[in-house]
Amino acid sequence: MRLAVLGAGAVGSSVAELAADYGHTVTALADSSSAVVDPDGIDVASALESKQTDGVVGTATLDDALDGAYDVLVEATPTTLGDAQPGFGHVRTALERDRHVVLANKGPVAERYADLRELERESDGRVLFEATVGGAMPVLSTIADFDADHITTVRGVLNGTANFILTRMAAEGLDYEHVLAEAQDLGVAEADPTFDVDGTDAALKFVILANVLHGNGREYTLEDAEVEGIEEIPGSALDLATEDGRTVRLIGEVTAAGEVRVGPRLVPANGTLAVTGTNNIVQLETEHAGRLNVSGRGAGGPETATAVLADVGRLDEN
Amino acid sequence: MSDSTDEVRAYTVRLELVDEPGELLRALHPIADNGGNLLSIFHERGNLTPRGHIPVEVDLEATPERFEEIVDALRDAGINVIQAGTQHYSESLTIVVSGHIVDTDLSHTLSRIQESTDATVTDLSLSAPEGTDDVSSARLRLAAEAGATDATLAAVRDIAHEKDLRLIEPLTAGDAA
Ligand SMILES: NC(=O)c1ccc[n+]([C@@H]2O[C@H](COP(=O)([O-])OP(=O)(O)OC[C@H]3O[C@@H](n4cnc5c(N)ncnc54)[C@H](OP(=O)(O)O)[C@@H]3O)[C@@H](O)[C@H]2O)c1
Repeated sequence: MRLAVLGAGAVGSSVAELAADYGHTVTALADSSSAVVDPDGIDVASALESKQTDGVVGTATLDDALDGAYDVLVEATPTTLGDAQPGFGHVRTALERDRHVVLANKGPVAERYADLRELERESDGRVLFEATVGGAMPVLSTIADFDADHITTVRGVLNGTANFILTRMAAEGLDYEHVLAEAQDLGVAEADPTFDVDGTDAALKFVILANVLHGNGREYTLEDAEVEGIEEIPGSALDLATEDGRTVRLIGEVTAAGEVRVGPRLVPANGTLAVTGTNNIVQLETEHAGRLNVSGRGAGGPETATAVLADVGRLDEN
Repeated sequence: MSDSTDEVRAYTVRLELVDEPGELLRALHPIADNGGNLLSIFHERGNLTPRGHIPVEVDLEATPERFEEIVDALRDAGINVIQAGTQHYSESLTIVVSGHIVDTDLSHTLSRIQESTDATVTDLSLSAPEGTDDVSSARLRLAAEAGATDATLAAVRDIAHEKDLRLIEPLTAGDAA
């Protein structure tokens, strides 16, 4: 498959680097101010080197990339709320050209699911978005295999930064501010960790899950989710939980009634949901096959790129 | 994952005691001896059963097997058990609240919870590492009636909100673990 990769950050650059390994050709790579385009395949290494040294991937523009030759558009620009732009516009252009789209960007599926599906219906292209929920973990493909109608509820941990903070607080008896600073030093938390700790990032993923599970009936956006973060949870709360054989995790849920909730919850300290560090887990409650747990690395450049390339592989099969 | 404490249920036992000193204590022994956890005793002195005995209502927690042993032991001890196994409370809920718990009057918070829900607060632990006038946390165990978990949590949520306390709810969906 020929891939046009929009976004040359952690995810986009990893997709570009790994594509050849999966038998695909990168025909375009773009960042916020530049692009490199070649219908026969760009030189990924030199484009990324030029980004390092000159801050640009090439001399072309993003529009050149969008209008160039590709079978699949990989959208890996920043997730934005509300109108989900500019990602949504990129997706529209590709679908109107009857190209496939693989999203790492959560915006279009979390905030404009109905619009997206509408565009997809009118296109010969398909949209896949495994990478938007739980990085490398095969969550959406598992749901697709089991059939969304046969899954009653989904719950789990889908933010590694918040999980790391809660794990450290419980293990070391340290307070929130201290552990957050440590996480930033380690590169686990970003300089602005707001969306990770206030629950927005996890909520976007559970909204996407709600759209996938209940999407035929109604459209979910972030506004439909009841969201509470982990900011300022005192160490004493974790101590009391630990004393009782429990711990606190930022848990998201899509309930059987179709509500989306994210917030700190008490869970058994040695239970399945109490994954440690930056790990993620999703528990699917199935109608005929009991409970299914999918866990692993929920974020990271190569991890997320792996999920993107798995989607590309699925499109290739059809 | 199975959490063995999940099996502990709350039960109400109605006993008839002869109005003699030491009777109540004698009745409580078989409960403790058989691993039951006494929650509350409602001793209606002055109120007599038609047979002239004193009715006592005891709330306790135990696993179902232990509960049967307790009832047998009570009967073996010659205590008249008029009603047992009425599984009055069947769901135990643990929550943690944080904030200015003491300043916002902890005992008022507890009685608000008891008044606005059908749940009973069966256990309380407080942690106030910075002193009671700073932010502290409390862990509460509530015994809620079967099927009333959601309603109980909704009421607790309102109370926490009203008192500006931060509530950490248990994950109750299914037998989540
Ligand atoms: N990182 C993860 O683990 C992970 C996991 C799942 C999903 N995602 C999603 O994947 C997407 C990419 O994440 P990331 O971690 O790779 O982000 P990132 O490292 O911040 O990279 C974002 C890239 O998008 C480019 N960009 C910004 N605005 C643009 C615009 N208007 N048009 C074109 N390109 C633009 C940036 O350009 P410059 O380089 O010029 O700034 C940068 O190359 C996000 O939507 C994120 O939510 C990430």
